[in-house]
Amino acid sequence: MQDTMSDQFVLETRGLVKEFKGFVAVNDVNLNIQRGHIHALIGPNGAGKTTVFNLLTKFLPPTRGKILFNGKDITSLKSAAIARRGIVRSFQISAVFPHMTALENIRVALQSFEGNSFQFWKSGASLNKLNERCMELLDSVGLADFADTITVELAYGRKRALELATTLAMEPELMLLDEPTQGMGSEDVDQVVELVRKAAEGRTVLMVEHNLSVVSKLCDRITVLAQGAVLTEGDYQQVSDDPRVREVYMGGTATPKQETAE
Amino acid sequence: MSNSDNQTELQKTMLGQLKASQRKKMIFNLVVLALLILAPAVIYATFLMKILCFALFAVAFNLLLGFTGLLSFGHAAFLAAGGYTTGYLLSSYSGLTTEMGIIAGTAAATVLGLLFAIVAIRRQGIYFAMITLALAQLLYFVFVQAPFTGGEDGLHGVPRGHLFGLIDLENNVAMYYFVLAVFLGGYLLVQRIVNSPYGQVLNAIKQNEPRAVSLGYNVDRYKIIAFVISAGLAGLAGSMKTVVFQLASLNDAHWHMSGEVILMTLLGGTGTLLGPVVGATFVVNLEYQLSQGPLGDWVDPILGAIFVITVIAFRSGIVGEVQKFVKKNLN
Repeated sequence: MQDTMSDQFVLETRGLVKEFKGFVAVNDVNLNIQRGHIHALIGPNGAGKTTVFNLLTKFLPPTRGKILFNGKDITSLKSAAIARRGIVRSFQISAVFPHMTALENIRVALQSFEGNSFQFWKSGASLNKLNERCMELLDSVGLADFADTITVELAYGRKRALELATTLAMEPELMLLDEPTQGMGSEDVDQVVELVRKAAEGRTVLMVEHNLSVVSKLCDRITVLAQGAVLTEGDYQQVSDDPRVREVYMGGTATPKQETAE
Repeated sequence: MSNSDNQTELQKTMLGQLKASQRKKMIFNLVVLALLILAPAVIYATFLMKILCFALFAVAFNLLLGFTGLLSFGHAAFLAAGGYTTGYLLSSYSGLTTEMGIIAGTAAATVLGLLFAIVAIRRQGIYFAMITLALAQLLYFVFVQAPFTGGEDGLHGVPRGHLFGLIDLENNVAMYYFVLAVFLGGYLLVQRIVNSPYGQVLNAIKQNEPRAVSLGYNVDRYKIIAFVISAGLAGLAGSMKTVVFQLASLNDAHWHMSGEVILMTLLGGTGTLLGPVVGATFVVNLEYQLSQGPLGDWVDPILGAIFVITVIAFRSGIVGEVQKFVKKNLN
């Protein structure tokens, strides 16, 4: 039975739980991410979205539950091993190497598969053969002209684009994007939507996103989290029509913090 | 496609600039090398050797702080482990040639480095620093009690012996060139490491560790290797120091020494290869000059004040500031 499931779903979680000293941040979450989908994880602040990401990539160990990737149990793997299997994540705050050039940022990702990363006696020039592929990736996100720019000097939107290109360099089967449009102006948001759409070709994407217009444009399926548990799941129409979803977003929630329009 | 033409044009001029800067670097290196070779004609050789030993120690330390982003507060342990091992072996076994004693000292520090790293590497920032400090203090008390260190007295009269059984190291000039060769070897090794594919990963870990993890790097393993190499080279510095001064003492194991190497490195500039060398030269010189004059008792407060000023006003250290100045004014 698992075999037929794994054809359809890239990633499944079974009864995923994360407790912090009695506080349940993630409560019995069962996700089924279908192959080829762009799947959104939405919910008010504190719903546990980022915690789920951290559990999936083992930046946090789950308290209970299982994570299956292509039908195989990967719950016990370490973060780096999970990345090598093909689940690569981005971060809420743009995750770049600030004092490297844009090209070097991407090269570090490509180097991950070169098998020379422990060779401390070898010349750094041996990495130059990766430069061509780096340029292709930079070009694909419109950063070809910035290859030699130190990343810290890039504008915010470009940093996010660079981050995406770096993630793509890993050729991930499943890409986890944590709020790719966070902190962006509306023009940048449109650009990122296009980038994500392009990047999602031939792979599966799970993204946390606050911007519901982005979600409606991009996502095939949506899971709504509230207070650590799955509230509902469906396509955009189903989810936006669900009165419970409106309730958690518009008020009447048990959480003291009111959701600001994001 | 004129865009790509422009790009190749650009790449060519950049390559030209690169070559020019490489030539400048080469000339600079040759001048420094010549000065180092000629130096003992002008400056007291033992003093130069002291500087070189501390410079190697600081370069080793900087592989961690400057290029991996790990602050070890226990590097005195490796300096002392190297020094005591070499001192004990050369004093006890007269059949041993000097280089054997030095290799043994380096090996001892390397093994010790692995033990430290395994315990400390999973902790970050201040916790990492505190664990390395605690382990080094533990070792300090071992050195106080252990029979082979001579306790409070230390080891005296360690014979310099013959290098490869041939070259008499009692000759100070021969000893100097030996120390210089070892220092250059260590320096070039660190330079190679920093610029290697492995060094790129260390750099990535230093700049953004979670991102490095998410790109599939098992960062603990990379950090352990850097720590072990750093400890080994620090041990080598300690071994050389013992041979030069013919003594090994508790001074080298004291946490003061761990602090001093941090001071040297920060003062010279962490992000650069040359920084720790300049920092070590500066500190050793200053200590010497002050101890000659009326301010002899004020060495520590003066160093402390310089340290504070550096951290507040010149965060990139002597070499870093000079580099900035040159970039601003010559380009």
